[in-house]
Amino acid sequence: MNLTKLLTNDRGGQIFLAILALVAVLVPILNLVVPAGSALHMPTYTVTLLGKYLTYALLAVAVDLVWGYLGILSLGHGAFFALGGYAMGMYLMRQIGDRGVYGNPELPDFMVFLNWKELPWFWHGFDQFWFTALMILLVPGVLAFVFGWLAFRSRVTGVYLSIITQALTYALMLAFFRNEMGFGGNNGLTDFKDILGFDIQSDATRIGLFLASAIALALGYLVCRAIVTSRLGRVAVAVRDAEDRTRFIGYRVEHVKLAVFTVSAMLAGVAGALYVPQVGIINPGEFNPLNSIEIVIWVAIGGRNTLYGAVIGAILVNYGKTYFTGVFPEAWLFALGGLFVLVTLFLPQGIAGLLRKRRKATQTAPPAAAQEGAA
Amino acid sequence: MKSLDNLRESMRRDQVWDFMMPPVNLQLDVKHGNILYLEDVSVSFDGFKAINDLNLYIEAGELRCIIGPNGAGKTTMMDIITGKTRPDSGTAWFGQRIDLLRLSEPEIAQAGIGRKFQKPTVFEHHKVFENLELAMAGDKGVWASFTASLSGEQRDRIDEVLGITGLSEHVRDPAGKLSHGQKQWLEIGMLLMQQPHLLLVDEPVAGMTHQEMDRTAELLTSLAGKHSVVVVEHDMDFVRSIAKTVTVLHQGSVLAEGTMDEVQNDPKVIEVYLGE
Repeated sequence: MNLTKLLTNDRGGQIFLAILALVAVLVPILNLVVPAGSALHMPTYTVTLLGKYLTYALLAVAVDLVWGYLGILSLGHGAFFALGGYAMGMYLMRQIGDRGVYGNPELPDFMVFLNWKELPWFWHGFDQFWFTALMILLVPGVLAFVFGWLAFRSRVTGVYLSIITQALTYALMLAFFRNEMGFGGNNGLTDFKDILGFDIQSDATRIGLFLASAIALALGYLVCRAIVTSRLGRVAVAVRDAEDRTRFIGYRVEHVKLAVFTVSAMLAGVAGALYVPQVGIINPGEFNPLNSIEIVIWVAIGGRNTLYGAVIGAILVNYGKTYFTGVFPEAWLFALGGLFVLVTLFLPQGIAGLLRKRRKATQTAPPAAAQEGAA
Repeated sequence: MKSLDNLRESMRRDQVWDFMMPPVNLQLDVKHGNILYLEDVSVSFDGFKAINDLNLYIEAGELRCIIGPNGAGKTTMMDIITGKTRPDSGTAWFGQRIDLLRLSEPEIAQAGIGRKFQKPTVFEHHKVFENLELAMAGDKGVWASFTASLSGEQRDRIDEVLGITGLSEHVRDPAGKLSHGQKQWLEIGMLLMQQPHLLLVDEPVAGMTHQEMDRTAELLTSLAGKHSVVVVEHDMDFVRSIAKTVTVLHQGSVLAEGTMDEVQNDPKVIEVYLGE
């Protein structure tokens, strides 16, 4: 499966990957090479912000894969994102070692505070990066697999499925809020010191995390393209459009849903794992159902069923959020709600749909052909 | 309560667990001449008996038409054969060996029963070509689909079916753009791609012009022999034009069976169709 094959007929994806590569080259130069006094210098704060947007973009791509191509409106993808984040958070906590407030070499601060004597069993292994990396994929993947196996086998579809995905993330939020769970309760995990031996606050590490996010986004995008351009992707769209028909021509619809849903959850987990070291904290608020709904809004605004549209939506909306919450904190939710309503009413295909229409209009210059396209 | 019942069911001593049962043999065996056996099948929905002690046998290679007033149980019968509905009692066998009641819908499709829905159902966002490609017989597992690529032979097969259904000009059009009659044909084409032994065709000529109807009649009669075909249809002229044997369903069971003329002169049938 080669790259050119994945990106033929994907103009938007080609442009997106080109821009991503350009940004990945420019940002480190602007941050590290250009001197701090220059107007072109990019502060590390901005680099981290961009890195955060890229992890959101990967999350949005994962949601678009199940929503746009498989027809599953997941209102619980934030849960997989947060679980990946927690796995990374646990690794970062173990890296603190005896530099915590209580100076306990074995136990993270919150456990000392709770008077725990030894590390709970599920914290073992997270001092190793390879183990953590495995868990970042496995924990969201296994949860999605078990959840999907139960839900798809019982043929739960449509809104009902959306509601139980929502319930899933809500239940996890409540569980993670409890101190007894062993994940730091409502404070979550924070005060990280270093990652893979590098100081997490240093500019070079920040650039490294930014680049890792860019690479993860590009790879995640290509994985999704590989799925949607294969026959499996066409079966997924078939399931979305006519589930019974797909079943009666001999496909095990449950298996198709389960496979795609699980891959999507793993991508969300990777996004979460890259998000946590950049924002410096993970707490149960990430499981909030509102977060998951917001992801769906990014995808809707960007344009579902295109993958690159999800990237556009995630970055645009989050840029808007950063801007608005700085200037008019109260207005942000109204702006987001208004944007969602406008897009649903006037741009059902999202921004990607608008771009596509533009291109079609310029390509088919003769008016007769344009009219035919409109009809 | 239901889970308790399930648990009890799984603990029954007189049967082994599903996963310990030998795999179902999907090899069709029609050496006694019949491809489908429905015996004493009954199913009721909320007390309404949709199918009532139905007995039906279809010969291998036969073209059978099934008629009956609305609510006679025609579509429910197809649901039972294809695994969508489980009967309350009775047996359904495909050939001598395959117990349809033990299989899921995709397994039944893989065993060789294809179904065309009453309302033409095609994948509207996929091109005509892709519709046929998806329906093509072969390994339909997740990994096999992910790695699948079309061989020349398979392309030829798709071209052949495009020719049979007269859709060659529309290969690259999305199926959603086809006319109603063309969608019906595409769906029949998808059935052919599955290379089924038995085709269940629900109202194939609904919404077709007379010319289209004639072509459909030709197509279905040409399929019989190589495949067994069961057609459910309301249009009597169409049924007369293709049927050798007609079965009349009424209130979930067989009212009469025979040639079109025999059936039409049967006093019971006349009573049902024309009222008392």
